[in-house]
Amino acid sequence: MWDWSFALEILPVLAHAAIISIEATLIGFVLAATLGLVLALARIAFPWTAWPISVLVELIRSTPLLIQIFFLYFVFPSFGVSLDAFTAGVLALGIHYAAYCSEVYRSGFDNIHRGQWEACTALNLSSWTTFRDIIIPQAIPPIVPALGNYLVALFKETPLLSAIAVLELMQTAKIIGSETFRYTEPITLVGVFFLAMSLVSASLIRAVERMLNRRPAR
Amino acid sequence: MGIRTLIVMLVASLLVIAVLATLPAYSLFLPQLLEGAVLTAEITLLGALLAVVMGVLAALGKLYGPPPVRWLANIYIEIFRGTSALVQLFWLFFVLPQFGVSLEAFTVAVLALGLNIGAYGAECARGAITSVARGQWEAATALNMTRGQMLRRIILPQAFIAMIPPWGNLFIELLKSTALVSLITLSDLAFKAQQMNQTTMKTIPIFTLVLLIYLAMSLVITIGMRFLEGRASRGLARGRTV
Repeated sequence: MWDWSFALEILPVLAHAAIISIEATLIGFVLAATLGLVLALARIAFPWTAWPISVLVELIRSTPLLIQIFFLYFVFPSFGVSLDAFTAGVLALGIHYAAYCSEVYRSGFDNIHRGQWEACTALNLSSWTTFRDIIIPQAIPPIVPALGNYLVALFKETPLLSAIAVLELMQTAKIIGSETFRYTEPITLVGVFFLAMSLVSASLIRAVERMLNRRPAR
Repeated sequence: MGIRTLIVMLVASLLVIAVLATLPAYSLFLPQLLEGAVLTAEITLLGALLAVVMGVLAALGKLYGPPPVRWLANIYIEIFRGTSALVQLFWLFFVLPQFGVSLEAFTVAVLALGLNIGAYGAECARGAITSVARGQWEAATALNMTRGQMLRRIILPQAFIAMIPPWGNLFIELLKSTALVSLITLSDLAFKAQQMNQTTMKTIPIFTLVLLIYLAMSLVITIGMRFLEGRASRGLARGRTV
């Protein structure tokens, strides 16, 4: 049923593929966090964008990521830009999670007391300085745990990239399975890897949360 | 978003689908896609049913079960929340047959997605059950109810109301994750889209329709859950004021 020597034999191959998964996660999350912040800031800076952005966010959040991955992968060539599978996949992950992150940022900004904005106006700070020095330093720390949860969620979505043949963990496991007709070890190992990673990151997020809560209120 | 905005969005998306259906470039694909959408809806419905049952059972097991049941519930929740839905789907589809259990793709899809969402749902259900006021338990004890009666008649009916909004979000997650079943050979909406895309390479019309259909389906879920929430809490408010 379970062959330890086979499991050990495929472990290095899977470990190599895990690096691709982690790479996709990190690049995708940087994209999501940045794009999400831009979306959230645009809603505040230009009120007329609030409605289109909320429709866009709703549209992205209520359609499957898999479809979005396919869409980006297949639609770019028809505009003459050909993206390789990894770039298209990471782009889709980033855009999908940017929609979620923008809502997180928005909740962070909404929690800033009105008086802070008014004080900035009274001090004649430019809107750029207001954001950089007053609003963002107060808005970001409380939402770090929520962003962390999305980082873990994004990581768990990376197996979807196997659908466009990115050689990440799941795709590698499937290839091993189809070459050797042994699916038990590769797919179970992938599952164990994800379980271990998400348990570790969940406890990391809890630690960060505790650290942020311990900090005295300013 | 307000319920009115949601209804406007739903009507708008259905209208866009209807208008696109009149164009020859789009109408070609619509019948096949709708056929796939029916399968998507079936998996979503059955998966949601399984998820609710598993979620409530796991939450009750984790809260009130004897230690072995509590461990079992914890293991179930951690495993299904800690690994990807796709990994679970593949595990049930490719690995289980090697242990002599061969399931149909449709069964695997409902099972994997239902169990996956159920694990997330267990945490919502647990939160909702513990949020029922202590006084309710005490009053039920005072009325000499057994533990089963308390849960069934007093606690769970109130907890269900608190569960509706988070479950609404989970059902949307479920709808979206049904797209994964296209990877285990089921011809759902995502599968039909990919299949037609490969044969015709008309990416934009196909995927525009697919995204609109998913959007309409998830709006139906959101609106339905809002409606349910309104109905359920209306009864609660009446009960409180009397």
